[in-house]
Amino acid sequence: MRISGKGLVKNATQIAFEFDGAQVHGMAGDTVASALLANDIRLVGRSFKYHRPRGILTAGSEEPNALITVGRGAAQDPNVRATQQEIYDGLQTASQNRWPSLKYDVLSVNNLVSPFLGAGFYYKTFMWPEKFWEKLYEPFIRHAAGLGALSMQANTDKYDRAFAYCDVLVVGAGPTGLMAAKTAALAGLDVILADEDFLLGGRLNGETYDIDDQSGSAWAAQMVHDLSQLDNVRIMARTTVTGAYDQGVYGALQRVGHHGPRRNPDAPLECFWRITAKRTILAAGALERMIAFPNNDRPGIMTASAVRTYLNRYGVVGGQTVAIFGNNDNALRTAQDLSDAGVHITAYIDSRHDANVTGDFPIYRGATVCDTAGALGLTSITIQHAGGTDKIATDILGVSGGWNPTVHLTCHMNGRPTWSDDIASFVPTPGAIPGLTAAGSAAGHMSTQDCLQSGIDVASAVIADLGRTAPQLSAPRAEGASYQISPLWAVAGKGRAWLDFQNDVTVKDIKQAAQENFRSVEHMKRYTTQGMATDQGKNSNVAALAILADVTGRGIPETGTTTFRPPFAPVSIAAMGQVGQDKGFAPERFTTSHQASVDRGAPFIEAGLWHRPSYFPIAGETTWRQSCDREVQMVRNAVGICDVSTLGKIDIQGPDAAKLLDFVYTNTFSTLKIGRTRYGLMLREDGHVLDDGTTARLGETHYVMTTTTAAAGLVMRHLDFVMQALHPEWDVHIQSVTDHWAQFAIAGPKARELLRGVVDQPLDNETWPFMACGPVTLGSVQGRLFRISFSGELGFELAVPARYGDALFRELCARAETLGGGPYGMEALNVLRIEKGFITHAEINGRTTAFDIGMEKMISPKKDCIGKTMAARPGLTDPMRPRLVGLKPVGDVKQILAGAHLFNPDDEAVRVNDQGYITSACYSPTLGHSIGLGFLKNGPDRIGDRVKMVDHLRDVETLCEVIHPIAFDPEGGRLRG
Amino acid sequence: MVNLSPISATQGVLPVTYGTLELCEICPDHITSLAAYRGQSDALSAALKSAHGMALPAVNRVTGRDGARAIWFGASVVLVGPAPDASLAQHAAVVDLSDGWCQLRLSGDRIDDVLARLAPVDLRWANFGRGHVARSQLVHANVAYHRLSETAVDIYGFRSMVHSIVHEITRAMASVHAFGHQ
Repeated sequence: MRISGKGLVKNATQIAFEFDGAQVHGMAGDTVASALLANDIRLVGRSFKYHRPRGILTAGSEEPNALITVGRGAAQDPNVRATQQEIYDGLQTASQNRWPSLKYDVLSVNNLVSPFLGAGFYYKTFMWPEKFWEKLYEPFIRHAAGLGALSMQANTDKYDRAFAYCDVLVVGAGPTGLMAAKTAALAGLDVILADEDFLLGGRLNGETYDIDDQSGSAWAAQMVHDLSQLDNVRIMARTTVTGAYDQGVYGALQRVGHHGPRRNPDAPLECFWRITAKRTILAAGALERMIAFPNNDRPGIMTASAVRTYLNRYGVVGGQTVAIFGNNDNALRTAQDLSDAGVHITAYIDSRHDANVTGDFPIYRGATVCDTAGALGLTSITIQHAGGTDKIATDILGVSGGWNPTVHLTCHMNGRPTWSDDIASFVPTPGAIPGLTAAGSAAGHMSTQDCLQSGIDVASAVIADLGRTAPQLSAPRAEGASYQISPLWAVAGKGRAWLDFQNDVTVKDIKQAAQENFRSVEHMKRYTTQGMATDQGKNSNVAALAILADVTGRGIPETGTTTFRPPFAPVSIAAMGQVGQDKGFAPERFTTSHQASVDRGAPFIEAGLWHRPSYFPIAGETTWRQSCDREVQMVRNAVGICDVSTLGKIDIQGPDAAKLLDFVYTNTFSTLKIGRTRYGLMLREDGHVLDDGTTARLGETHYVMTTTTAAAGLVMRHLDFVMQALHPEWDVHIQSVTDHWAQFAIAGPKARELLRGVVDQPLDNETWPFMACGPVTLGSVQGRLFRISFSGELGFELAVPARYGDALFRELCARAETLGGGPYGMEALNVLRIEKGFITHAEINGRTTAFDIGMEKMISPKKDCIGKTMAARPGLTDPMRPRLVGLKPVGDVKQILAGAHLFNPDDEAVRVNDQGYITSACYSPTLGHSIGLGFLKNGPDRIGDRVKMVDHLRDVETLCEVIHPIAFDPEGGRLRG
Repeated sequence: MVNLSPISATQGVLPVTYGTLELCEICPDHITSLAAYRGQSDALSAALKSAHGMALPAVNRVTGRDGARAIWFGASVVLVGPAPDASLAQHAAVVDLSDGWCQLRLSGDRIDDVLARLAPVDLRWANFGRGHVARSQLVHANVAYHRLSETAVDIYGFRSMVHSIVHEITRAMASVHAFGHQ
């Protein structure tokens, strides 16, 4: 119900939203939780394991019970905390983990058999038979347990990620954070103030006391306004700092679009920030903890501070009558605020005999709550005290077991907090996160006055640390009540006393874990699952380990805590993975002929990041093979055009350019004549082949190297390493020019004829012999021409600056078509090179050596090169190593498949009989049958032998003849012609 | 003789605008990499000054002005604008990159917010002022950022990746624009 005249939202506009299909009214500034309570809706969800009816426990991000699903369809967002979700007109929400409805839930039968489902139940029960693990047990457990569900549709929401930098990051905008931010800002420091709430002020918005002569909430609003006027302060509301990482980097999740209808399709739902801060002030406050008494989980039982927040901030009480149960002075404030607001308080129960409590309501000292009643919501509590037990009817019970400083971020680098007897809780250990200092109640200061002063003090120390002068500020006047607490973790009695509401863990479970010798806090955690839910045990960790300490006869500091890990609050994978969403997965690289290839209907394949055309279908062709076969024959008989710009091109210049090449290539380039190109082979340090390609000498100290498409970056890095680490004394520079040049292969017997009229220079065999290179002109355009061939035909590669690539490709294709040729794609390119036995990275796959591919003679005996010594190891020159051969089918089965293995014809096709494997295969339209390249033990000496190809995956067996790798035109007359 | 027509890398794609934010391509006549040979930096700087009016830039800086700039580029310096004078080749490896790199210009009131969504380095105006250069990433792509003014920055990226680069920048522009219009 709403309390007339109470709350910061009292004059706000009314808003209608939906909860489980029913319309609910709230006020602007309400959360779903406060609006539900205002409508006396206490039951909001079912628990994880036992499907117990649960209500709203807290008023913040630590909420374990009130998890709801927001939205429908693709935009459906499960497990949103009702305590954080702001309401707006049209908001759709639904409860979770229930079927068919929240009130009548079938799986609540789990609750009836709960004596059998205690700690370790799964480990003990679902052990056998083993074959049931994946097929029966796991689906069953997954179905029975769980939170909200995904829509199973592609997420249509946009997410964002961003980087931010500051001198001081202040985490939390309560009294401490506001004071610290102001102090740092006045010293001229660059400040980011982040708070997970949409209304800054922290506890001040949930309390009634004044700061100076203003209400706490008004003071906070004024501070926020003042700070927002400063250029050096950035205020980030709705932003949860989720993790502390190395070098002052913090993760933070900003809720950008959750609080309103999605009007702008470009607006992100969330933004994940990486904030780099020179210093950080942790002013994240403290979280009130529960007391574990029997049946303490009924809807209507909340933390006392949450009752206070709903009353003072939202003007809401979740029922007509309220009882308060606590072990500290702070709980009294809730009773006083309720009393002042005219709410009927049925009982004030303080576990301390000597509690100094006065008020206009029944007070029970030295008393505890030992049971509760109410099937779907609290109806009564039973208290025990010196005089016996009393049953008291009440709708709401506010509980305070004390306050736990929000130490979580300080533990993200494996630091452990320190136990403080003064406040019966853990406080941050100084220095646990380099550059981070805790302040205010996060550091154990429990009065508002102390928090304000702590904000100033910590900020002043940070200012001095950063070499600035702190302003002279004095803290405003605020309440300074001392915090008296007498620890009370659990109340004995009949019935389950809940600790971890989100994972349904009870006091009995903790005791059972200890009894079964899971005595270490880390073992207890995993055995009981306490603290392993999405609230990370914020509400239960301290009490659970206190109980563990008690039953194991140890002290709390000795028992220790489990590790708090990032994130502090759940972060959607979509927000963290934004950078990989859709096209963000990887950059796409396009050649200059891309549009022309698209225009011709070419399908594309990805080669590294590049998109290359597979083939160019023409009218009447229905399969890729038809296009591929035609393109191969076109190149063999007329002329074909292929974009080869994707090959890496590295410009190498300097007096020591030749030395560099001689060192990285196995063969010699210092002897290459200017105007000539040479094929080269590169080894890794370990003697295996790194890459191959051609390098052209354009001048005395000027070369241009070509790499394979796949290894362009790898080779660039390799050269950089050689130049920086191995031979820094060499005067040589490398520069990638891959993107500058659009380069096209013109291959086929009519290649020269085609280029006549394109290139202004004559291209006869005398001026441009095989492997010649040099500058050419194409009208006003300066290009480069290389007479090289990857097809075995008369071939040229013509390069022009990329801006002319599209025009040149279209021109070359048009000319080719008049000669009976045309463009060819990757499929035909692959067939052409397999027919010629030219290798690609299918063959130089990282496991093969120059010896294996038959190129051992390319390792020059006259000089050293990278990999030479290691390549000479006996194991790498053993004739019985699998070595490159060609294959053709000779039996009834004609298929040759890459990836298949080779066996002697009479051997069984099992691993121990393996003779080698096939790396490349195709149908050769030139030869009229399938061919393959592969590696066969002692292969070169087995030409003419028969081997059996077996593809175990595709179940194909083909009898093959071992042939020379060069299946077509072994003399090479065509490419020299 | 053929007559080849040039096209820019982003033809038909740029410019794009979101509110005051605009992304367009600048097509300089020449982009040339200059890497000084051993002991030749001073001589190269003097030759650059004499031929093109600017000395070699310091690390992370530019020299020159619009139309003729020398930009620190990591391992080398790039001359953006004029055709490189022949004298430079006596002191440096001179490589034509005119068509290898694209020059994109991002301008508008909230470019710092856009940059914060692209690069993992601090490119805020207060830290990354006029004439500052950073080699960094733009999401996955390696690029160079050059600050022109409080409201303009040039981004140099590989031509083959420019569509991905433009995609990421416009995504960030749209997001920043929408942030203020919810």
